[in-house]
Amino acid sequence: MIPALALVLGVVLGLVLNPTVPTGLQPYLPIAVVAALDALFGAVRAQLDGIFDDRVFVVSFVSNVLVAALVVFLGDQLGVGGQLSTGVVVVLGIRIFTNAAAIRRHVFHA
Amino acid sequence: MSSDQPTPRRSVWRALLRFRARRVDLLVAALLAVLGFALAVQVRSTQDEGLLASARQEDLVQILDELDNRSDRLREEVASLTRTQEELSSGSGDATTALREARRRTQLLGVVAGTLPASGPGIVVTLRDPEGGLSASLLLDAMMELRNAGAEAMQVEGSTPSGTRAVRVVASTSFVDTEEGVQVDGQELRAPFRFVVIGDASTLAGALAIPGGVQDTVEQALGTVEVNRSGNVRVTALHLPEQPRYARPD
Repeated sequence: MIPALALVLGVVLGLVLNPTVPTGLQPYLPIAVVAALDALFGAVRAQLDGIFDDRVFVVSFVSNVLVAALVVFLGDQLGVGGQLSTGVVVVLGIRIFTNAAAIRRHVFHA
Repeated sequence: MSSDQPTPRRSVWRALLRFRARRVDLLVAALLAVLGFALAVQVRSTQDEGLLASARQEDLVQILDELDNRSDRLREEVASLTRTQEELSSGSGDATTALREARRRTQLLGVVAGTLPASGPGIVVTLRDPEGGLSASLLLDAMMELRNAGAEAMQVEGSTPSGTRAVRVVASTSFVDTEEGVQVDGQELRAPFRFVVIGDASTLAGALAIPGGVQDTVEQALGTVEVNRSGNVRVTALHLPEQPRYARPD
């Protein structure tokens, strides 16, 4: 409940303040958001499985974001930033889908 | 709801209590707030930034190529005009012919440079946006499309607090996003915008209607585009030429 409210609050803040993304962060923000979404879906799934642990969530959230950004950063340094971004998004996308499917099974029993 | 089902209420209350008690819950909430914030900011910036900011490298290269081609063409034109000017100033022709030619040229160039009013067949394009979604880059796109379609003289009109104002579109015309609307050559204009364009009406109208073009973009932003063809439109707004600071004619 509180986390959901916090999420909504964050969205509203982002819409109201509407800050400009610093140029240096521009390639990493979308990847970081996708990585965080992956952690979020994983957390929802764990909650439904009854094995949710908030410490695990905090650690996985932060490390997910950092690793994703690091991979893209490395890719940029190696000149394959675009491809690695795609790779990261594909992998995270697959994980989000898997988690979404697990959540669906829990919610609809189908 | 409240009297016969006390349990969900109490569990919410208990969750609130637990939230106060544990710091890690606060951390989770903070992380999710950051996620929501980043999500909103990213979505916003993807929508806001014009085509150029979010365009990929290949697209940018293509755009750059087009601009290069265009400047090449303009340079050729400059070269041919310079040649004509040299022929005239070399004094082989007699004075009256030179004078007549010069007058004719002044008038033609006045239309191009925006220092003379012009009239002729063309179109009047009205861009309306009840949602306030018309940006400077859209107007710039519209202007480029119209130019590419052979617009010979153009002015853009918009409303200001003191009535409708028109700005002549010339080579140096700029479009800048502002809080209220769009600043065209320093003149603050608000929607609805009107382009008054002299040129071949069907080509001009066609240029706006191409798939993914100006009309599509405006309609995506929930605005409307109205194109009126006319046998005689008048472009009356004038551009005051500025003395160049650095360039001197040779």
